[in-house]
Amino acid sequence: MRYAMAIDVNKCVGCGDCVVACQTENNVPLGYSRDWIMEFVKGDYPDLFLHFESQRCNHCEDTPCVRTCPTGASHVIEGGIVKVTHDECIGCGACIEACPYDARYFHPDGYVDKCTFCDHRVKDGLDPACVSVCPTECMYFGDLDDPESKISKLLKERENYTILPEAGTKPQIYYLK
Amino acid sequence: MEKLLATDRNIDYLYPHVDVWGFPISSYLFLGGLAAGILLFAALYYLLGKEKDMPFTVKIGPLFAFPIIVLGLFLLVFDLHHKLYVWQLFMTARAVSPMSWGAWTLVIVSFFSLLWPLSFIDSIDEYLIKRGWSKMTKVTEYLIKLEHKWIIPHFIIIMFRKYRKFLAFVMLIYSIILGIYTGILLSAFNAHPLWNNPILGPLFLTSGVSTGSAFVMWLSNNKKERLLMSAIDMSLIAIELFFIVHMFMGMEAGAEVYKQAAGLFLGGEFTAVFWGVFVGMGLILPFILEALELKGFHIPIVVPAILILVGGLIFRIIMVQAGQMSEYPMFP
Repeated sequence: MRYAMAIDVNKCVGCGDCVVACQTENNVPLGYSRDWIMEFVKGDYPDLFLHFESQRCNHCEDTPCVRTCPTGASHVIEGGIVKVTHDECIGCGACIEACPYDARYFHPDGYVDKCTFCDHRVKDGLDPACVSVCPTECMYFGDLDDPESKISKLLKERENYTILPEAGTKPQIYYLK
Repeated sequence: MEKLLATDRNIDYLYPHVDVWGFPISSYLFLGGLAAGILLFAALYYLLGKEKDMPFTVKIGPLFAFPIIVLGLFLLVFDLHHKLYVWQLFMTARAVSPMSWGAWTLVIVSFFSLLWPLSFIDSIDEYLIKRGWSKMTKVTEYLIKLEHKWIIPHFIIIMFRKYRKFLAFVMLIYSIILGIYTGILLSAFNAHPLWNNPILGPLFLTSGVSTGSAFVMWLSNNKKERLLMSAIDMSLIAIELFFIVHMFMGMEAGAEVYKQAAGLFLGGEFTAVFWGVFVGMGLILPFILEALELKGFHIPIVVPAILILVGGLIFRIIMVQAGQMSEYPMFP
């Protein structure tokens, strides 16, 4: 089992539904968010276009955050999902420093919080909240170890990239070109 | 390419760059290095049999190490966001996490920094009377009284005295681990290219030991001890300068993000404060003053000592701040 997400950047319109869905589903405190949308202007004048990327924790295969955590609060569960046990977290900030994607933040209660790939939904066979609400259906979630899954096929068929592969973390969120 | 916005994310310590660690952490790194330096010299010169010639280094200096470490620990806990769960640090030992190493090392070192001066408490009392630091003798006399009253601490201190040679050896090793750890803590972060270089451990150790020698040199009243520490400090400064040049050479030869990290110091916004204040006034100027002192000129020892101590603190503040600014660029 190796969960991953694929996002079609050509279909994404940057509406922010995934952000709101996550905030609602996971009761994220006001002013914070576990996922976010980056907007870039790409191309050369006059051929300019907007490029949207819905970003979140990349649930990396090689996790610098888990490595630096002094208490073991940050850990990897089945399927490669990176999670934080709130009662073990001391709020030292080492994992926030370690993450090249800025995916972690301090919850106002003190512990570190982040995207969980909605593991409470995934274990019931549902998609993460962000994926399930996307109006353009540009996000796909699935198991990379299953060659018949939609995401495996998509990644085989279409050109894709990950964010900051040079940071050496082997991210598991793929962007379809 | 230009980034326009990140939807609904106004977390000020994440944008435009991570800014989670500030003054408490840099001060703690400084205090940890200082305590490591003081304890390293105490253990080293005790093992070399210089206990009588260098009373301040071996016996009195470590007296300050415990409060320094306690202050550092206080700053560390103060900086935590989930403070009530700090005990979780000691429910596990994670070999891959430098911070876990550091937490356990600090426990062991603070144990040594408390027991080492206590095991010398009688001669410390004598020294303080001779030196005229009468206010501090009240503390030592109180401690001597307590030591005779409580059986278990008394027993521990007697055992410490008995095996002091072996324990000095352990303390020497642990003070080196503490000194290196303050650098390794930062170098474990791949996400910050400036920190992510193996020179940082030895550089922080050298700088910490240098501040330790400056501390001893400042407060000792023994001429020989002062001159020796002054000479040691000069070689430490030379090593530090070598490490600094080596660090930037390595970064300049590296990938683009490392070049950008080095650029913060080579023309970027930290250039003046790093080379002018830290290297100029915190390393080279005290080096010259110490050299003049050894040549026989009369220079108040407090000047180079304070310059090195303040320089050490500024160095850590710069490294923590600049490190957080050096990041992988988030562009597609």
